[in-house]
Amino acid sequence: MATKKIDTLFTNYKYGFHTDTKSTLVIPKGLSEKIVRQISAIKEEPKWMTDYRVKAYKEFVKKPLPDFGPSLGGINFDDIHYYIRPQDKTQNKWEDVPAEIKETFDRLGIPEHEKRSLAGSGAQFESEMIYHSIKESLSKKGVIFDSIDQGLKKYPELFKAYFGTIVPYNDNKFSALNSAVWSGGSFIYIPKNTYVELPLQAYFRINTESMGQFERTLIIADEGSFLHYIEGCTAPVYSKDSLHSAVVEIIVKKNAHVQYTTVQNWSTNVYNLVTKRAYAYENAEMIWLDCNVGSKVTMKYPSIYLIGDNSKGEIKSLAMAKDNQCQDTGGKIIHTGKNTTSKIIAKSISKDHGNASYRGLLKATKSARNSFNYSKCDALILSPEARSDTIPKISIDDPTASIAHEASIFKIDDSQLFYLMSRGLPQDTAVSEIVNGFANPIVSELPMEYAVELKRLLEIETE
Amino acid sequence: MATKSSKSSLIIKNLHVETEDKTNRQSKKEILKGLDLEIKEGEIHAIMGPNGSGKSTLLNALMGHPNYQISGGTIQLKTGDKTKKLNDLKADERSNLGLFMAFQHPIEVPGLSFLHMLRTIKNLKGTEKQSLEELLEELKIELKKLKIDEKALERGINEGFSGGEKKKLEIFQMKVLKPNFILLDEIDSGLDIDALKIVAENIKEFFKKYSPAIIIVTHYARILKFIEPHKVHILSDGKIIKSGGKSLAHITEKHGYEKN
Ligand SMILES: Nc1ncnc2c1ncn2[C@@H]1O[C@H](COP(=O)(O)OP(=O)(O)O)[C@@H](O)[C@H]1O
Ligand SMILES: [Mg+2]
Repeated sequence: MATKKIDTLFTNYKYGFHTDTKSTLVIPKGLSEKIVRQISAIKEEPKWMTDYRVKAYKEFVKKPLPDFGPSLGGINFDDIHYYIRPQDKTQNKWEDVPAEIKETFDRLGIPEHEKRSLAGSGAQFESEMIYHSIKESLSKKGVIFDSIDQGLKKYPELFKAYFGTIVPYNDNKFSALNSAVWSGGSFIYIPKNTYVELPLQAYFRINTESMGQFERTLIIADEGSFLHYIEGCTAPVYSKDSLHSAVVEIIVKKNAHVQYTTVQNWSTNVYNLVTKRAYAYENAEMIWLDCNVGSKVTMKYPSIYLIGDNSKGEIKSLAMAKDNQCQDTGGKIIHTGKNTTSKIIAKSISKDHGNASYRGLLKATKSARNSFNYSKCDALILSPEARSDTIPKISIDDPTASIAHEASIFKIDDSQLFYLMSRGLPQDTAVSEIVNGFANPIVSELPMEYAVELKRLLEIETE
Repeated sequence: MATKSSKSSLIIKNLHVETEDKTNRQSKKEILKGLDLEIKEGEIHAIMGPNGSGKSTLLNALMGHPNYQISGGTIQLKTGDKTKKLNDLKADERSNLGLFMAFQHPIEVPGLSFLHMLRTIKNLKGTEKQSLEELLEELKIELKKLKIDEKALERGINEGFSGGEKKKLEIFQMKVLKPNFILLDEIDSGLDIDALKIVAENIKEFFKKYSPAIIIVTHYARILKFIEPHKVHILSDGKIIKSGGKSLAHITEKHGYEKN
C-alpha cells in the first residue's frame, strides 16, 4: 500500500525530483539560541537584528501551537535543518549560479519564463536567494528588487523603518519562528508614482530532506505606485516532512496598488505555515490572489488592514486538497478607514480524504464608517470522504457597515455529467471540465503560464 | 455525413424503462411499458403526449441517462446490414455514434464556457481538422442565425441565460456538433412566436443540409406548422397508442389525448 501511494505521488507530481548539490554550509538539525545567533553571525548582521532574532526565538519557545485548525503534531522541530547555504553569494547573472542548482531551476522552467513576461525575478534554493535580477530600466527608476538579506545590508534605514511593523514577531508561533531564523525572500521598494508594468517573480525551492525554509518578504509600495508580485514554489517528495514558514509584510501607501499572487505547489510532505499581511493606506488597493494545491498541511490567511480612507482590498483564493492533504486557508480583512471596500472570493475543491476549509475574519471597527464587504465561499466536494468547512468570523462595530456573506457547497451531480457526456465528453473529461469551470473565476485571473500550469494540476488531481 | 450512401435507422423494440421513485428509494417505477419505434435518417417524427406520459423518459433513455434503467427491450442502430445495440453504451459513446439530445431543461455548468466545451469535443473527435479561428468563425455564424449574442460563447454553459436563450443554445450545439439522430425535447416550450420561428428555421436548414433523423417531442402542434413531420406518434402511459401522418397532430391538439 505505502509504496503504491509514493508511486502515484511521483507520477503525478512532476517537481518531485531532487538534485545532488554541494551546499557550502549546513547547520546541524535542531534549534537553540546558539543556532539563532550563528545564523545572524553568518549573515554578518547588525546587533539590533541579532537581538531581534533572539527575542523572537524566546517567544517561539513560549508560544503554543495554534489552538484551531489542522493538527501540527507531526512537526518535529528538532529534526529540521534551520539553515542551509547553497552557495556563497546571490548572483545576478544566471550563468554564475552553480550548475546543479541551475539544472534544478532549468527543469522547473525558470528563468526562460523571466525573459518573456517578467520585469525581474528571484530564485531561492534552501535558505538563500541564489539569484536575483531586475530589468535595468526599472533599477534606473529607483525600483529595488533584491534579496531581503541584501536589503538589510544595502538599505539599512528603509529596512529598519518597516521590518516587523506589519507582522510583529510575537503575532503567532510561526511568525516568531520566522523572525528568529528568517533567511532569504525578497526586499522590494517601488518609488512614488512608479508603475511596474510586468510582474516581479520569486521562485522558492526546497531541495534537502527535513529542511526548514523561512523566507521573509518586505514590500514597500510608495505613493501612487503599481506592482504585481508573483511567487511559486515546489519541493522534492521525501518520506520525512519539511517545514516552510514564511512571513510577508506589505505596505501599500496612498493611491498605490499591489497585487501579490501565489501558486503554492509544495510536495505533500511540506508543512506550509505562512503569515501574510498588508496595510493599505488612503485610497490604496491591495489584492491577494492565493492558490494552494500542494503541501501536506497549509495554514494561511492573507490579511489586509484597510487603514486609509477609501482603501480597497480583495482576497481571491483557490485551494485543492486530495489524498490526506489539509488546506486550511482563507483571509482576514480589517476595516478601520472610512468608505473602505473589500471582497473575498474563496473556492475550494476537496477529494479523497482531503480537507479544504475556509477560515476567515471580517472586522469593521467603529471608525470604519460606510465600509462595504462582499464574501463568497464556494466548496466543491468530489468524494464522500472529503471535507470542507466554512468558518467565517464576522465582527462589526459600526452600524453603517454593509456586509454580505454567501457560502455554497457543490457536488458534481448526475445531470451535469450526463449533459456534458451527451455532447461527447468522456466521463473523466466531463468531471475535470466541471472542476475547471468551478475554478475558472480564480484561475483566469492568473498570468497565462500559471493559469495553464494550474489547469494541468487540476486535471491530474481529479483523474 | 451528408454523403453517406446507406441511411441508418434507430430501432426501438419493446422498450421498458424504469426509474427510482424519488420519494421512495426502494421502489422502482416503470415508466415506459413496451415501446416500439423506428426512425430513419431523413425522417422527422413527432411524439406527442400528455404531461407525465414518458416523453422525456424515452429521450433520456435513448441518450443513456444513468438514472433511467432499461429493464427490457432494445435500442439499436442499424446501418446497412450491420446492427449495433445501444442499451449498455454510455452517453458519450452514443454521442460518438451520432446521437444528440436537446434538453427540455438544459443543465447549467458554471464557469465552463460553450467555446471551451465545443472546442474540447471537436478536438477529441478529431475528425474535422479545424483551427481555433475556423471554429470561432463557424460558431459565430451559427449564433447569428439563431440571433444569440456572440458573448454567449465565453459565458458558462447555460449559466444565467433565459429559458428561451437556453433552448436556442441547444439548437446551436446541435448545429455545431452535426449529429445524425436528433432528439428534441420540448424545444418549443417557453419560446415566443419569433423565437419559435427562428428555432424552426434553423432546424429546417440543418435538416435540409444533412438529412438527419429528428424526433420532436412536443406538447403542442404549433411547432409542427413550421416543421412538417413525416410521422406523428401519440404516447400515453408509457406506450405508443397511435401513429399516423401529420394530420394526427392537429386532430390530437383539437380533441385532446384521451379521445384518441
Ligand atoms: N427521475 C425520476 N424519478 C422518479 N420519477 C420520474 C423521474 N423521471 C420521470 N419520472 C416520472 O415518470 C413519468 C414520466 O415523466 P416524463 O418522462 O418526464 O414525462 P413527460 O416528458 O412526458 O412529461 C412521470 O410520472 C414522472 O413523474
Ligand atoms: Mg418532458
